[in-house]
Amino acid sequence: MHEKTPLFHITKRGALPWYRAWMIRAIGIIAALILCALVTTVLTGVNPLQVYVTIFKGSFASARRFWDMLQKLSILLCVSLAVTPAFRMRFWNIGGEGQVLIGGLATAACMILLGGKLPNWALILLMIASSIVAGAIWGGIPAIFKAKWNTNETLFTLMMNYVAIQLVRYFSVVWESPKGSGTIGMINQATQAGWLPEIGNKYLLKILVVAVLTVGVYVYLNYSKHGYEIAVVGESERTARYVGIKVEKVIVRTMLLSGAICGIAGLLLVGGTDHTLTDTIAGGRGFTAVMVSWLAKFNPIWMILTSFLLVFLDKGASEISAMFSLNQSFSDILTGIILFFIIGCEFFINYQIQFRKSGKEEQ
Amino acid sequence: MFDILSFLPRAVMQGIPLLLGSTGETLTEKSGNLNLGIPGIMYVGGICGVIGSFLYEQKVPAEAMNGFVAVLIPVVCCLVGSLLMGLLYCFLTVTLRANQNVTGLAMTTFGVGFGNFFGGSLIKLFDSDVPSIVLSNTNRYFAASLPFAENMGAVGKVFFSYGWLAYTAVIIALVASWVLNRTRTGLHLRAVGENPQTADAAGINVVKYKYMATCIGSMIAGLGGLYYVMDYAAGIWSNDAFGDRGWLAIALVIFTLWKPNVGILSSFLFGGLYILHQYIPSGMNLAVKELYKMIPYVVTIIVLIITSMRNKRENQPPASLGLPYFREER
Repeated sequence: MHEKTPLFHITKRGALPWYRAWMIRAIGIIAALILCALVTTVLTGVNPLQVYVTIFKGSFASARRFWDMLQKLSILLCVSLAVTPAFRMRFWNIGGEGQVLIGGLATAACMILLGGKLPNWALILLMIASSIVAGAIWGGIPAIFKAKWNTNETLFTLMMNYVAIQLVRYFSVVWESPKGSGTIGMINQATQAGWLPEIGNKYLLKILVVAVLTVGVYVYLNYSKHGYEIAVVGESERTARYVGIKVEKVIVRTMLLSGAICGIAGLLLVGGTDHTLTDTIAGGRGFTAVMVSWLAKFNPIWMILTSFLLVFLDKGASEISAMFSLNQSFSDILTGIILFFIIGCEFFINYQIQFRKSGKEEQ
Repeated sequence: MFDILSFLPRAVMQGIPLLLGSTGETLTEKSGNLNLGIPGIMYVGGICGVIGSFLYEQKVPAEAMNGFVAVLIPVVCCLVGSLLMGLLYCFLTVTLRANQNVTGLAMTTFGVGFGNFFGGSLIKLFDSDVPSIVLSNTNRYFAASLPFAENMGAVGKVFFSYGWLAYTAVIIALVASWVLNRTRTGLHLRAVGENPQTADAAGINVVKYKYMATCIGSMIAGLGGLYYVMDYAAGIWSNDAFGDRGWLAIALVIFTLWKPNVGILSSFLFGGLYILHQYIPSGMNLAVKELYKMIPYVVTIIVLIITSMRNKRENQPPASLGLPYFREER
């Protein structure tokens, strides 16, 4: 009669108050930071406290670094904002990379082909419009097929990244300057035609644009009819159909929006920051954005925090690798370790482990 | 003139890493795990093998090297490295029930970083005096082809000119296909991927099958990275050289409709598409070459669309692909 009860069993938790959830995440991050310091110490022989100081310095050592950190944060946040509406309806868009690139390509095309031929304000308006349209098209194509034939969107968007990369490489050769370099170089360096204007300093404009976008996406997702429809489709497609939501329309519309915001990120990168176009301009942000968005539970406001965390770590880790003349990829390793811990600690937020009670207590 | 005799062997060599990667991913996906960490795992597999044989080549002079040991060390290192990655993925997604897409992407970030970091810093970390990582001695043992291949002309060149790992890859794919379709283990595995609730009710240990399939899949994929660096790249590690082959391997899984035996020829086809741009005459127009490099991705997209349009039941992904399984949640 004695059925052996397992040592522990796992049950789903009810909703945790947000501060306890973030406490668990904080413990996870601290544990990850300890492991990161250990790894760094093993590889470089420096004492762990020094590691933290160096990471901190990466973002806060000077005003320039601080602004640069804010700028990187805002671009990453922009891409994360873009992918979030799609994720809310369980559409796994990992094509942010390609959508950013194609937005950048459209921007660069306007700058190169029309720079000097149009007044600057008209050129910039055209850049904005074309980057948004290009990004939206790139995001919309997989969505149409998903809506019509339920084509796997994860792989479709992934492949679209590489198509975009090759298109950019193609135009890098077509528009190469100087001849034979295979790269575009600084666009309109002399005239600065199509360079986005500076407000205050050269970082502020992008930060403001993304701040406005953040609030916009937050309101769109939480307080608009569209946002509600997205939530319903994400929870249950059948329910959505039952209450008369046109699921296909919602999928395509949301992905057009996703792509459009990615296009804006491309615009900010090409028109505002780099003033050139390369196939690495998106820098893996399309993938990092997936994690930023997921870690923040698809909430645009929390995403400010999670993208800060990732940018802060990335800058810190590059500082470490520069200081000890290690390879730049060191930051990917540290980021990876921290992500594993954060991903893992979600378990303790959603589930609880109950250990076997002794026989007496049960009676 | 299209040089088919030099094209075919190169297409095959280009296809072998894809074949290993996609065979591994197919096994993994059959258990319901969509492992987007495969690109990272292939990097880790490659670099672990490199680290192993780098240390061996540093310790032992070329004349004293033993062929068997020179092959064994990188293979074991590669398998252990990719096994650890597979275990990590399983621990996070199966035991801790984390989101598979996010975990996979994090593994790819980590794995690619791991590969490039050690690839770039290995020499510095071990205070070695060589200028770059060139494992030509180890490469000799990996690339050694059958002795009679050279005497057989075209047939020898197309069929028998490859290193042993290439033939192993084909055998692994055939065995994987046989196990999946002809054995009880394969039946159980497919049941787990299609409907873990039912499988669990039938007494199949879902967690064990998921762990086993994903870990073995990771090890097979890791070998793909090893083949690339040791055989295809002639033992030379250069950062980011492996490129996006890991993603192509995942795409190939769909292209083959989750059938490892179909994967053999399709991976060679993909390998061919991957290098086609070098064989299409384009004269001085370098830009067009970049467009030709788009072909494998566009073909994958087209296949993806066609399979979803035809919507045949036997060509669909495992029904519970990408979903975590939690017994208490029925």
